[in-house]
Amino acid sequence: MASLLSIENICGGYGRKNVVNNISLDVNEGDVLGLIGPNGSGKTTLLRLATRILQPHEGSILFRQKNIYTMHLKEFCRNVAFVAQDIGTNFSFTVMEIVLMGRIPHLKRMQFETKKDIQIAEDALQVTASLHLKDKMIDELSAGERQRIIIARAIAQEPRLLFLDEPTSHLDIGHQIQILDLLKKLNREQNVTIVMVQHDLNLAGCYCNRIALLDSGTVYKQGTPEGVLTYQNIEAVYKTIVLVNENPITKKPNIVLVPGDKICEPR
Amino acid sequence: MNANIRRNILVLSGLLLTAVLLGLIKGAVKIPLQDLLSAANQPILNMRLLRIITAILAGCGLAVSGIALQAILRNPLAEPYLLGTSSGAGLAAVIAVILGISHIYLPLAAFAGAIASMIIVYNLAKEGTRISDRSLILAGVIVSIALSALIVFLVSIFGNLALHEMAWWLWGSMQVYDYRLVGLVAIPVIAGIIAIYFFSQDLNAISMGEEEAKHLGIDTQNMKKILIFVTALITASLICICGIIGFVGLIVPHMMRIIVGPNHKVLIPVTCIAAAVFMVACDMLSRTLFAPVEIPIGVITAVIGAPVFIILLKKCKRI
Repeated sequence: MASLLSIENICGGYGRKNVVNNISLDVNEGDVLGLIGPNGSGKTTLLRLATRILQPHEGSILFRQKNIYTMHLKEFCRNVAFVAQDIGTNFSFTVMEIVLMGRIPHLKRMQFETKKDIQIAEDALQVTASLHLKDKMIDELSAGERQRIIIARAIAQEPRLLFLDEPTSHLDIGHQIQILDLLKKLNREQNVTIVMVQHDLNLAGCYCNRIALLDSGTVYKQGTPEGVLTYQNIEAVYKTIVLVNENPITKKPNIVLVPGDKICEPR
Repeated sequence: MNANIRRNILVLSGLLLTAVLLGLIKGAVKIPLQDLLSAANQPILNMRLLRIITAILAGCGLAVSGIALQAILRNPLAEPYLLGTSSGAGLAAVIAVILGISHIYLPLAAFAGAIASMIIVYNLAKEGTRISDRSLILAGVIVSIALSALIVFLVSIFGNLALHEMAWWLWGSMQVYDYRLVGLVAIPVIAGIIAIYFFSQDLNAISMGEEEAKHLGIDTQNMKKILIFVTALITASLICICGIIGFVGLIVPHMMRIIVGPNHKVLIPVTCIAAAVFMVACDMLSRTLFAPVEIPIGVITAVIGAPVFIILLKKCKRI
């Protein structure tokens, strides 16, 4: 499979400090890649570098062999979309207005949306099972509904690659599964490549075909869920004791957390 | 466009028509409606029409500048004079009056002062090639305070003569003394409003956050620089013909956001009509309330604007 995005020896962060230290990572067409790692390991910073919010100090990122930092910003955003953890509720745009914003990269200056753009926005709402929310205000929605709308906006961008930063961290288990199923469907049916930061190791194991485990700004391990989610790797990076067995249904690694007082000290 | 918005526009247009008619017949000299078109009243009518046009230009220009700045800075307190244009223009005008520069060059001096203070604020807010929102707001406030202090200093040294001349600059007036100037000012104001309207969708995106807008392919730094320049041009041009009119640029956008929502494609045209109604009505009141004495229009906009806004805010609970 061809590499869609290649991250090559990237270093970057805030001010002069490097939070991401010499990371190289390939994202293949059709991947669902999970970025995992402890707080401060550089997951979000890596996403911000890959979506051009931050400029790298060193290294480069190529999208289909083109340097993303010299690409036209609108062209980049026609190919790559980003879904934040939550967009907040500080404004009262309608759902349709929000989803239509996803068409901005496809519009020229001084050009307003056409019927086609509205159709694409409605299709995106349909895919995310949110068409009935079309005329609602975004601040009336629940967190789960809001997350679907933000994903719908990203779909309206018609990207080949979708980045998500902890898309399910504010949601209950039912909505977590709903959102991740939706992403899986997008990946399968519309061949959208997905890169997501995920704190829940079990969900990352179930839904990602590849996982990169980050530790203090570098990739500690990358590969299949079975290869990365071993107790040795997790204990070394997260500094916590876990038990790894097999999820009886998905046959993927299942991580069981162990409270501190249940750990038997060696005598 | 849905029916609700269409109704709002219809109601506002009706109000505008009424305000314009009232503005034409009311004043120190009352003209009965049936005599409106008679030849005898022509001079008064022309004068009033010019004032109304000025009021509409000022209302639209200031309110749309306010919308743009509130969106790009995501700050509800942002208003057209945030970039120091008002105190810059005021200071330049005071200096011009003290130097005995004649009336025709006074607006030019004010324009130059407004643009100069905007350039100072802009450069103070620059961090490398970026414009920081917080620095821009702080620099604007600080430059305004410093220049205002200079105005007070000059006025106290050079006495009441200058102060009297200054009063209308600092509180605004629709008294037009040259129709060619109005024509000249109309060009940048109208062009500026149209330019801002073409940024509607970008303004929607940036009002959700600068990073959100960048993720949608908007070069936010570039956009901010363009809009700062356009709003400064609009306000500086308007200062030349009507001085400094507070409140319109701050309050009317918020009122309309409460009524039609934050989508700039709707918000900008609706705000234009509403601001025109507001200014024409305020101008009429400033002429008629204590006729033949004319009250500075800035006093009227504040006295009417504040309570109307508070009522709307209490009713709707959000800006």
